[in-house]
Amino acid sequence: MTPAEILDSLFPAGHAVTAEIDLLFGRGMLESGTVHVIGATGRAPIGIDQAIRLSAAVLEITSIDDAAPILFLVDTASQRMSRRDELLGLSEYLAHLAKSLLLAEARGHRTIGLLYGGSAAGAFIATALACGTLVALPGAHPEVMDLPSMARVTKLPIPVLEEKAKATPVFAPGLDNLVRVGGIAEVWDAGRSLSEQLTALLATPRAGDDRATFGSAQHGRTKAAAVASEILAVAGR
Amino acid sequence: MSNTRQSWYEAGARERIAALVDPASFAEFIGPERREISPHLSIFDLPTQFDDGIVVGCGAIGGTPVFVAAQEGRFMGGAVGEVHGAKLTGLLRAAKAVARDVVIAFDTGGVRLQEANAGEIAIAEIMRGVVEARMAGVRVVGLIGGRAGCYGGGGLIAGCCSTLIVSEQGRISVTGPEVIETNKGVEEFDSRDRSFVWRTMGGKHRTLIGGADVFVEDDTMAFRDATRAALARAPKLDGNTLAAEQARLERRITRFGEASDATDIWQLLGIDDPWAIPDMPATGFATLADTYRERADDAR
Repeated sequence: MTPAEILDSLFPAGHAVTAEIDLLFGRGMLESGTVHVIGATGRAPIGIDQAIRLSAAVLEITSIDDAAPILFLVDTASQRMSRRDELLGLSEYLAHLAKSLLLAEARGHRTIGLLYGGSAAGAFIATALACGTLVALPGAHPEVMDLPSMARVTKLPIPVLEEKAKATPVFAPGLDNLVRVGGIAEVWDAGRSLSEQLTALLATPRAGDDRATFGSAQHGRTKAAAVASEILAVAGR
Repeated sequence: MSNTRQSWYEAGARERIAALVDPASFAEFIGPERREISPHLSIFDLPTQFDDGIVVGCGAIGGTPVFVAAQEGRFMGGAVGEVHGAKLTGLLRAAKAVARDVVIAFDTGGVRLQEANAGEIAIAEIMRGVVEARMAGVRVVGLIGGRAGCYGGGGLIAGCCSTLIVSEQGRISVTGPEVIETNKGVEEFDSRDRSFVWRTMGGKHRTLIGGADVFVEDDTMAFRDATRAALARAPKLDGNTLAAEQARLERRITRFGEASDATDIWQLLGIDDPWAIPDMPATGFATLADTYRERADDAR
């Protein structure tokens, strides 16, 4: 689906979302109220210039006390890989974007990431994975590390990696694998009204960071939830 | 107190913790005796380590109880896998629960490739843990000066900390030099040009642009003293902090966005002889940096 098709299905009552090259800003109307919309689209990398524009929008929303949710449409490449971005401190810009989303959430704005295309590595962490709830559309293709790069580093041929990937969701790219490790809460049905699916999601309260528990239930991450809980129990005494 | 200087860069995770905390004050959580190893490395016939490359626990610094985490850069480059990440996530959640400060000694190349999906989500969980703890009034102090530097997701976690203490060896970046070169070509980034890599990503440059707060010598005692000072600063992360950070990072692009090399930036900061910076000893550099550098202060 294109961003325009997604927005039409999400907000049949109307939306005012404008594009600035590959970024989106605006709002849509649900029966339950306004939803702030931001987006990083076009499979573009996220460098310092994109990150600072997105964080500005999130902080502006955060300063409005309307407690309206923020929907973040995501279809990116990885972080921008360049001398300029690293020279100027890309890690700070990506962290700042993530912090802004987390602050917005703490101020009462539900943050929903909608992954409808690609996203990878640092860009994925600072956008989709920094939202309180991450949902995806079928065909989304998150990847932390592509198999050819993995083959190079692990010195294993791609067919061997593909064979190993059948037994575990823990390293290979792809939506199903990210779902199984607990990174994605729901995969929506593109054939149904996205508006209804978003409304239903917003009607369900979110209780903390449950990604490890979710990953454990699906046998994708068998240890994370237990290890984190044990440390919390021992250290929190 | 020993008079022998101990290099932070050369030290391992446990040695760094021993140097940071008061004698005999450290208690580890889920220590190596538990053999809580990565369940995934065996898929690749790779060796595991009983602590999965990170030591977490509680101790005291100058009598004040703190939580401490130290990554082991000598095991898989300190990379974050499922168990490694969960230990840090649990520690940060505990810090929020009992309102206790956290010190993190970073030494990491980022997400562990062999368990990339688990590691990626772990980074997101850790960042959330840092930010939620900080919003609850906890300080999270990051120390960077190890072999592996602080790359990938490690750089993003560092960007969430309240204070960053670095030595010259403390490289902070998202994409590593080799990865930029592989993807964009040697003209964009020559990973074998060590002096270029260090002046672009190293502790001196990060200190000068405000990416790190305190510059110290490669000495475990210097890291400890700076940590004590950082733990005495007022904790804060709210809308004002992030508005100030937004302005600070926008200003950096306006001021230095056209620069093509770190030395151009240092010159714009007013430093007369930027090419002298890389060879400058730590104390001389710290004094000079205090005069010319950008600061994050309450904008981080």
